[in-house]
Amino acid sequence: MSTTQNAPLLTVDNLFVEYPSKKFRAKPFRALTDINITIGQGETLGLVGESGSGKTTLGRAVLGLAPVTGGKITFEGTDISHASRKQRRTLSRDLQVVFQDPYTSLNPALEIGDILAEPLGVQGMEPAAAKKRVKELLDQVGLPSDAIHRLPREFSGGQRQRVAIARALALSPKLIVCDEPVSALDLSTQARVLDLFLQIQKDTGVSYLFVSHDLDVVRHISHRVAVMYHGEIVEQGPAEVVTRDPEHPYTQRLLLASPVPDPDRQEQRRADRHRLLESQRHQIEQAGALA
Amino acid sequence: MSDSVETAAVAAPVPTGQSGTVVRSTVMRRLIRNPMGIASLVILGSIALLAIFAPVLAPFEENFANITKTLAPADSVNILGTDSAGRDTWSRLLFGAQLTLLSAMLCAGVAIAIGLPAGLIAGYYAGKFEAVSNWVVSILMSLPGLIVLLTIRAAFGPSVWISMIAFGVLISPSYFRLTRTAVQSVRNELYVDAARVSGLSDWSIIARHIFSVIRAPIIIQTAAIAGVAIAIQSGLEFLGLGDPTKATWGVMLSEGFKNVYLTPTLLFWPALAMALTIGGLVLLGNAIRDALEDGEKIRHRKKRATLEGTTAAPAAGRPSRKAVAAVDAGTEHHLVKVTNLGVGYPQADGSVKKVVDDVSFHVDRGEILGIVGESGSGKSQTAFSILGLLPDNARIVGGAIQFDGSYTVAPGEERVNQDRLSKLRGKRISYIPQEPMSNLDPAFTIGYQLVTPMVRVLGISKEEARKRALKLLTDVGIVNPERTFSAYPHEVSGGMAQRVLIAGAISCEPDLVIADEPTTALDVTVQADVLDLLRELQQRLNIGIILVTHNFGVVADLCDRVAVMQNGRLVEEGSVRDILRNPKEQYTQTLLASMLEGKTPMSMLVSSQKEPVA
Amino acid sequence: MIKFIAKRLGSGLVVLFVVSALTFTLLYTSSGSIARNILGDQATPEQVAFKEQELGLDQPLVTRYFAWLGDALSGNLGASWFTSEPVASSLATRIPVTMTMVFTAMILIAICAALIGVAAAVKRGWVDRVVQVGAIVGDSIPGYVIGVLLVTILAIQLGFFPATSTISPEVGPEAWVYSMTLPVIALLINGVTGGAQQIRSAVIKQLERDYVRTLRSRGIGEREILFKHVLRSAAPAGLTVLSLQLIGMLGGVVIIEQIFALPGMGPLAVTATGQSDLPVVMGVVMYTVVVVIVVNLLVDILNGWLNPKVRVS
Repeated sequence: MSTTQNAPLLTVDNLFVEYPSKKFRAKPFRALTDINITIGQGETLGLVGESGSGKTTLGRAVLGLAPVTGGKITFEGTDISHASRKQRRTLSRDLQVVFQDPYTSLNPALEIGDILAEPLGVQGMEPAAAKKRVKELLDQVGLPSDAIHRLPREFSGGQRQRVAIARALALSPKLIVCDEPVSALDLSTQARVLDLFLQIQKDTGVSYLFVSHDLDVVRHISHRVAVMYHGEIVEQGPAEVVTRDPEHPYTQRLLLASPVPDPDRQEQRRADRHRLLESQRHQIEQAGALA
Repeated sequence: MSDSVETAAVAAPVPTGQSGTVVRSTVMRRLIRNPMGIASLVILGSIALLAIFAPVLAPFEENFANITKTLAPADSVNILGTDSAGRDTWSRLLFGAQLTLLSAMLCAGVAIAIGLPAGLIAGYYAGKFEAVSNWVVSILMSLPGLIVLLTIRAAFGPSVWISMIAFGVLISPSYFRLTRTAVQSVRNELYVDAARVSGLSDWSIIARHIFSVIRAPIIIQTAAIAGVAIAIQSGLEFLGLGDPTKATWGVMLSEGFKNVYLTPTLLFWPALAMALTIGGLVLLGNAIRDALEDGEKIRHRKKRATLEGTTAAPAAGRPSRKAVAAVDAGTEHHLVKVTNLGVGYPQADGSVKKVVDDVSFHVDRGEILGIVGESGSGKSQTAFSILGLLPDNARIVGGAIQFDGSYTVAPGEERVNQDRLSKLRGKRISYIPQEPMSNLDPAFTIGYQLVTPMVRVLGISKEEARKRALKLLTDVGIVNPERTFSAYPHEVSGGMAQRVLIAGAISCEPDLVIADEPTTALDVTVQADVLDLLRELQQRLNIGIILVTHNFGVVADLCDRVAVMQNGRLVEEGSVRDILRNPKEQYTQTLLASMLEGKTPMSMLVSSQKEPVA
Repeated sequence: MIKFIAKRLGSGLVVLFVVSALTFTLLYTSSGSIARNILGDQATPEQVAFKEQELGLDQPLVTRYFAWLGDALSGNLGASWFTSEPVASSLATRIPVTMTMVFTAMILIAICAALIGVAAAVKRGWVDRVVQVGAIVGDSIPGYVIGVLLVTILAIQLGFFPATSTISPEVGPEAWVYSMTLPVIALLINGVTGGAQQIRSAVIKQLERDYVRTLRSRGIGEREILFKHVLRSAAPAGLTVLSLQLIGMLGGVVIIEQIFALPGMGPLAVTATGQSDLPVVMGVVMYTVVVVIVVNLLVDILNGWLNPKVRVS
């Protein structure tokens, strides 16, 4: 299924991320605590959690957009925890990103062609070669080649997300950090974009760090899944196991909270959820009584 | 910010398929098409030409005085007459234009040279530099320009150039603030993050992504500042504190004012020149802003996809209104009945953009109807037309809405009847919004926002309303109602704010609650709690609910019946089991097929190549 | 709240200190030979040297500044070099004239701009269009040009008002109001047009907020929504606009007083500037900065009262 037997592509060891507080002399805000993950080549690690759980911060730390205050991020054997802008430039050939909001992740003043050529230009590619590559990319993500001279505002959300994916693919990276890439999209668009992610992985063998709040999305796209809660990873393992038969109380709650599109099965799930909440409450009370 | 005078409140039509090549050229084109823009360009262009060619065009030297011909009326030699020293008004106006424009440019140049780089650095790197610059800016902004210029004049003597440099420094905060704010907002945009991931240097990011954003605001600001500079410089000269050897409009105005009893026309020409120049600059700034905002509007509208829909000619596809003359017999018992409803937005070109088209459904007491659809399906617009809370420029273009046996929108009415609805709103029909935080007024406590509607609608005392509000807060599962009651909205979490809004919606014991995506902004675990709460309240109070959502899971959890909408039209409607298990329409089938629950992981969902991956 | 006010007051004093030091340095280092300026070209070098000693100009700048500061703190701002009148007393006779005009104009601006701006935001249509056009026209014509035109047309040509307004408040309210009408109008027109336009935008922005729709859905009347909720939220923006206009007006009033020959700060400032009468110029700058600091403090306090986020934290 995947090639995790080889040395992992990305390793994160004991990662801490802290943001300095805005208030004078206040304690810094700790966004991530002791994070350990690995991603193999061609593998997708799904990262699921609620808002404020730190899942987006983890993706940003890997990209060098969040302050690493402890631990180590290793990409292909190199420590990139504190990579300089120059190292990032080299690294960007192999490590790319797709963001959540397709409306703000593309500069509204630039044509699609210029947006896609940006990473190519940074690597010193000739304009003519870059133009050829941009056409290939548009084709790869299923956009017409006349998109090259159009502005982002002329495209729908789903199409813009395809542009963002094309930008990430431009340098044929080995790992793409996907930060909630489908949560701003309509249901049917989400399905088509997920198909595109899967197709690209099949064709190019790229790895994904796939961040989402939606357990169903993560189950669908991931080989392995890590669950985040309050800045920590509370559970990780094969997607089937974590998303169907979770161990951690939070993941259990998360699974049963997500409604299913059938009234009778949903009624069942609702009952299961109430039972679970009851038993968890019971356990906490017992633990409190023991202490 | 402001609509242009001409286009008033109605947004321009969306020019779909327009091949926008470069933003600048589009703005330029819009600028020239705007009468305000072209007028300002013509005025400023002519004044600039007159100034440049002043030495050629002026019949006299600026200070050439013919003392035998003072305060003369216009004739063929002195086409605008002469002043009290016998100097030619027309010549002095021309030379004055030269000096005025140059000094305005100097002032704006100095202000840009200081404000722009400082703003860029402060905005991009923040930190100490920003703190210090903010402090300097706050001092500069609290000094009245003219008083500073008087001080400068006292220190350095009369020089146009020194005073304009000083004024440039003084007014540089306006560029600083503009640039800093723009940079700060752009700095956190995802496309700048993407550029950083690509390893672009800070300078490339500023040049590529940030300059493109601040270019236009800088031009607008420069137009305004040039106008202010001209006004203040001329004011200084009017006070007699300018350079007496130079012909300027301010000096001429002062000269005219001294002779106001003899030849008031002397006053008129410099005043006109100033008003035209400054007015031209003001108009230019406004026109550029309008040109940019047209582009913004397009972007904005695509974002607010709920407003999108099928564009149709006003009359096309409208069902005959006369068919629905009165509340149909036998439908009085429905709590709400929507019949062939159409909602549209009149466009500048006279057509009407329909966002809801021929939609019919009904809701009974104690029943939950789900309206499902993707963005742009018209589901929210339908809900808001029942509430009577459509935007001002929306029109009912067809059909009727009846509530509890009488019309709130009668057949043939163009707008929702606010008189009828305002009696129902809050009392019998209430609303639960999508975003919990933005739907509470941040300036008032939660308690106040719960109590006031009860006092107004139910006519009970404040004390009684307070008791009820605390009870309601307990009912919606808030553990410490007293504390929440006296809290401000920014002091509670999103989930709690949504419970407060639900409490507000049921506070006056309505018959119908319209819930617009009530759980979309919440985390899944909180969503489940809120859904439980809604179900429990609905059963206890036996209210009807219209639940607008995009989530079939939420529909399955709560609804009795469901209506599926697409592009403003009703696709199908039926019991929740029928629709979710055996959808008849292709669109509903596609939507349900896009659901991930129960699908083989890593299988293709909709693409033609159905072979599973991995 | 008291801590908040104390903090603002403290920073105001710092600003006062910095501005006075900067102005002092600027004035006394770049004005050339001050004594020669006062005595004229015929004075002998001995006379000039003596005058310099008399004015304390032979002392180092820092010493002179702190001497001035010490005096200023005890209410002594020095005396004019030309008339020998103490600066503090000439300010004291003139400030009331100027301040009455400025505050009358500001109050009228606040009322008119708020009424017109709110009306334009709520009614839209023709009111809105008038406000838009008015803002452009107002921005295009400086206040003193309006003043000059008012005098020419209403006073000189038509004789409705006195052209000069040298009457002091003692002559009785009617004559006083009569003579102050034109200068106040000249002062406030720009403020009303610009202020109305900005208040209009602020109100429209608030009317479009989500909570307004929710309030409507709760059965709260339009009037209550507008006056209790929308205006309250739009008020900080309006206050900022008004405070900036007041700062600008402290400059504008100088020219207006000159036009109408009013015995306010304007003629004093203009004469002192023309003669480089530095103690008087210093005094004028200090008075201005104090007014600005007080106004900004009031605005901050009002904003804190209007915005619970500021108040709570």
